[in-house]
Amino acid sequence: MRLFKKKRRPYISLPIETAVDDHIPQVPDGMFQKCPSCKQAIYTKDLGAERECPKCGYAFRITAQERLNLIADKDSFEEWNKEITSTNPLNFPDYEEKIAQAKKKTGLDSAIVTGKAQIEGFDTALGVMDSHFIMGSMGQAVGEKITHLFEEATKKQLPVILFTASGGARMQEGIYSLMQMAKTSAAVGEHSRAGLLYITVLTDPTTGGVTASFAMLGDIILSEPQALVGFAGRRVIEQTIKEKLPKNFQLAEDVLAHGFIDKIVPRKELKNSLALLLDLHVQG
Amino acid sequence: MTQAMEHVKLAREIDRLSTVEIIQELCSGFVELHGDRNYKDDKAIVGGIGKIAEMSVTIIGNQKGKNIEENIFRNFGSPHPEGYRKSLRLMKQAEKFNRPVLLLVNTAGAYCGVEAEERGQGEAIARNLLEMSQLSVPILSIIVGEGGSGGALALAVANEVWMFEHAMYSILSPEGFASILWKDSTRAGEAAEVMKLTADDLLAENIIEKVIPEKKENEWIPREEFLADLKQQITLKLKDLKSLTTNELVDKRTARFRKF
Repeated sequence: MRLFKKKRRPYISLPIETAVDDHIPQVPDGMFQKCPSCKQAIYTKDLGAERECPKCGYAFRITAQERLNLIADKDSFEEWNKEITSTNPLNFPDYEEKIAQAKKKTGLDSAIVTGKAQIEGFDTALGVMDSHFIMGSMGQAVGEKITHLFEEATKKQLPVILFTASGGARMQEGIYSLMQMAKTSAAVGEHSRAGLLYITVLTDPTTGGVTASFAMLGDIILSEPQALVGFAGRRVIEQTIKEKLPKNFQLAEDVLAHGFIDKIVPRKELKNSLALLLDLHVQG
Repeated sequence: MTQAMEHVKLAREIDRLSTVEIIQELCSGFVELHGDRNYKDDKAIVGGIGKIAEMSVTIIGNQKGKNIEENIFRNFGSPHPEGYRKSLRLMKQAEKFNRPVLLLVNTAGAYCGVEAEERGQGEAIARNLLEMSQLSVPILSIIVGEGGSGGALALAVANEVWMFEHAMYSILSPEGFASILWKDSTRAGEAAEVMKLTADDLLAENIIEKVIPEKKENEWIPREEFLADLKQQITLKLKDLKSLTTNELVDKRTARFRKF
């Protein structure tokens, strides 16, 4: 029996500090950031105003205000419908509190900022979603603001530029969120019927009901590098097919290869690219 | 089990009237048409042309199976992008020949898989929403079993949306809803209560126009009687919608969704 007796390992056991995230460098807060895409530690200053990873080009998630600063000409942005905010149509428990917290955290009233702006002198109707507001999810407030953006643009004969960033439908508003997909798509349809230009810029992440409505309806669909773009969530698919998915699955580069994105544009070049496209749609 | 969850169970019942059974009763000489002209024929959606009371109608709907084999063949009624592209092709065809469109919805949702993503599930649904909002012929959509998420909405941008009494219509399955919001899919019953997914609740919320009763004095209405009544109501509604001009049809349909 001695043969089978387990050998005692000649090691001493040390307490493991499970609470410490070993991948976060122990340096002053904010000095370094980890790139969510290439996982490298990046000296924050190297991200620049555009907040792009210098190692892999991934465009970090930014706020609507940061986006406006990068895209709209100085002092040209005039906000529309700022006051529109979510109600609680299903009386979902604790939802109002969640909205209040998101408002406090972001200084926004909903997950999108819309209005009129100039881009290199071109008048546009501009919408910017902000993933910091309950993951940019679309409920009635977002749906209403987007619909209104297209209606105003149709009236004023303006092109629409829309930056998408969303986890999908706002679950807490249930069926009313679902209806926003049809409402916004119909507004895109009216704008399109008037012969006006609509450009979407997909940013990280663009998924679910937003992908399955206005995000995929642009005349031209641009994307930022390595943005997550898809309909169903990765976890849901992995559960359905019982397999692990490859790392590049649903990345903008892969979606481009499958023919659903026109062009991937680094953030530094985005404003110029938009201006060029706007100019190409001006009839001489 | 909560009352709403009982309702969900009935909506998913494998013996419920299927789209093909309904089509067989509704029309004479139905011709099924296949394929999206791009990639393949999606078996989760059947579509074609038939006559309902002398009126040529394009009919499209989700088909679920009645057993495991059929369900594998039909992918449990969950379409890939080709399914939506097939429906759009048939709706555009209906528009060309000025035929009304009848849609029969019964799906847990659009299929979640690698190929569905790669072939643009999101784009396919989005395109249907836009094109259907602008279609110049009458569209009537009836949710006959499950109406799950964007996958159901892509067949429900209609002038009117009706539901069978025991059908459901929601943003997501109650299981998925509970799992996302409470990280606990076992609270599906509770979720179903909150979600307002029953036909009666949705009628009260003005999300749909009509509930088709399936029971009378707590007894199931015999199928023949149920379908005969359904046929009459569909005929009346389509005739009514056909009297509208193209602009009226599009405006009313857009306004229907604008109010949400």
